[in-house]
Amino acid sequence: MVDTASTGMNVSAETHVSDGHDDHEHADLRIWGLLTFLASESLMFGGFFAVYIAYRGMSAQWPPEGTEVELLLPTINTIILVSSSFVIHMGDTAIKKNDVGGLRLWYGITLAMGAIFLAGQAYEYATLGYGLTNNVFSNCFYILTGFHGLHVFVGLLLILGVMWRSRREGHYNESKHTGVEMAEIYWHFVDIIWIVLFTLIYILTLF
Amino acid sequence: MPSHEGRTSWRWYEYFTFNVDHKVIGIQYLVTSFFFYLVGGAMAVAMRTELATPDPDFLDPSLYNAFLTNHGTIMIFLWIVPAAIGGFGNYLLPLMIGARDMAFPKLNAIAFWLNPPAGLLIMGSFFFGGAQAGWTSYPPLSLITAPTAQSMWILAIVLVGTSSILGSVNFLVTLIKMRVPSMNWNSLPLFCWAMFATSILALVSTPVLAAGMVLLLFDINFGTSFFKPEAGGHVVMYQHLFWFYSHPAVYLMILPIFGIMSEVISIHSRKPIFGYKAIAYSSLAICVIGLFVWVHHMFTSGTPPWMRLFFTISTMIVAVPTGVKIFSWVATLWGGKIRLNSAMLFAIGLLAMFVLGGISGVTLGTAPVDIHVHDTYYVVAHFHYVLFGGSVFGIYSAVYHWFPKMTGRFMNEKLGILHFVLTFIGTNLTFLPMHSLGLHGMPRRVAMYDPQFTTINQLCTFGAFVLGLSVIPFFINAAWSWTRGEKADGNPWNALTLEWTTASPPIIENWEVLPTVETGPYEYGMGKEIPNKSEPKVSVSAQ
Repeated sequence: MVDTASTGMNVSAETHVSDGHDDHEHADLRIWGLLTFLASESLMFGGFFAVYIAYRGMSAQWPPEGTEVELLLPTINTIILVSSSFVIHMGDTAIKKNDVGGLRLWYGITLAMGAIFLAGQAYEYATLGYGLTNNVFSNCFYILTGFHGLHVFVGLLLILGVMWRSRREGHYNESKHTGVEMAEIYWHFVDIIWIVLFTLIYILTLF
Repeated sequence: MPSHEGRTSWRWYEYFTFNVDHKVIGIQYLVTSFFFYLVGGAMAVAMRTELATPDPDFLDPSLYNAFLTNHGTIMIFLWIVPAAIGGFGNYLLPLMIGARDMAFPKLNAIAFWLNPPAGLLIMGSFFFGGAQAGWTSYPPLSLITAPTAQSMWILAIVLVGTSSILGSVNFLVTLIKMRVPSMNWNSLPLFCWAMFATSILALVSTPVLAAGMVLLLFDINFGTSFFKPEAGGHVVMYQHLFWFYSHPAVYLMILPIFGIMSEVISIHSRKPIFGYKAIAYSSLAICVIGLFVWVHHMFTSGTPPWMRLFFTISTMIVAVPTGVKIFSWVATLWGGKIRLNSAMLFAIGLLAMFVLGGISGVTLGTAPVDIHVHDTYYVVAHFHYVLFGGSVFGIYSAVYHWFPKMTGRFMNEKLGILHFVLTFIGTNLTFLPMHSLGLHGMPRRVAMYDPQFTTINQLCTFGAFVLGLSVIPFFINAAWSWTRGEKADGNPWNALTLEWTTASPPIIENWEVLPTVETGPYEYGMGKEIPNKSEPKVSVSAQ
């Protein structure tokens, strides 16, 4: 089978400039893959958002009495999460200058900010005075924020992974840092989703 | 390439492992899904046996409900989708575009290995009574029957959904970025165009189903009330989330099959395909329009008149690109030097069956008709014509067509023709009379029916037994031909697409030296010499 595969291909070899077996490796397509996946993932949030908007449209009072949202803490949380998107970009800028120390510093700060966000979320859950099952609004509230929180948690794991791998000298450098960029893209995604979510659940319930 | 250093083919046991070769993964998908086809088929035969008499005397009615639910679930999520998309998509797509593998081989293997656990969850759910709310699992029924089994069912759907998303990411990136440099979009084989449209559709619709499944899971297990009207929820909300995926899902199950049809019909008519661009772009049109027709499943769910109007019209429109394909295939057959082998028989059978299913689909998509026949056997007749007469015929056709590529051996034609005849007769005996049952008002999803329907039901049951028998020659044929069939060379059908430019079965990494595209994929007799068996094998692409 092998020999037949090679013998007949002489013509294509001319056009193909076959210099050994370097066409066995292809370009790094992981960023493409991640972006495609996130486009799909955003539609899962899209489904939840659509459900939320539909229930809101069908309700006389939204949110129902006794399940109003708190605003101060989530606003602080929002500021932290949005800022962290800039911080993580500093890490990406650092590695493009081959500054692994800078990468570790900025990713470390992002990690801390993400953890504070999650802690804030947990504190909010504990102090709200209503739970998952109170009414359809609280159902939506906990599902949406919880599902987003899960994504934040995954983002933290990705950042931890980057920091862990950056211990090894030369693992990331100015020309090889796709993993760093992927963690950053994912983090921006989590941030963008939060901005939509914050607008829908918190800001728009004021009106 | 560490694990197969110096080898050109896999050892047999490596087909049972976490293998990242797209060809191995394709075969893993195919074999696994054929297994579930038999499981789902056995459930169907049991149900038809029950329906041979008006009284529920063969199966316990709740077991009947579990069978009808899981028959549908298995046939869709563990048979047609993984066989057509996972099986043929993975096996053929890199070969057709001159790639050595998919863009993300490991991800590809992960996507496959999500399927067996899903199958185990479905089978395991029978220890807890089995999910009984139909494959659509509408609340409130899905909230109150067999909660453990229903939850397992949901987890299985989420697993195969994740598999589908990961697979689609892979297909899309591979198609866009991994084509051999000499292949542009206008020389892309039509199967690849179909996979392109399929992947976009899966990426857009599957996550919405996942959202619906999560909410249903929470309603069943964690006390939320998204779909509980007594607590402020809304049952129709679930139907929207479900059909936003599950209508496009019918295109997920038929678009790859359309791609297979374009390959098989052109190659075995030995004639250029009619309307290459029309077929390619109509796949994209189906993908886009198919996202805006889902409410035609919900005309009786208190849907407001403007919605009925909008979705009736959009459903009429989505039939147009499908018609474009049908006419293009007929025009390809016209005047062709037709090779009437098993692959071609199933393709022509598909044309006939799918036109019938398509026409009954247009009637069902019309709100005034649908309101009368909703939830009757007319619906069952319709979707079995498109899913069995369409998708399953297409998978069979593809197996006969690409079996020589996958194994290096032909399937036996006599057994193949026997298989086709039995399947064709069985399909029409089983599903044609169901139109009449439905129009006379027999509801679907019942173990017991009015005695006036007995004769027609017995006809359907007889047809189902014929269908059950029809798989026997197929499996004997496949098992026997795999090791003992007549040997096939690299390009037994004299085809022009790239998968035929390598050995049969292809070596690991597909080619020693990548092929070059010099003609369009279907340019038979267009001034280019068509290679034949007497020439050295695999020289095809180089002509």
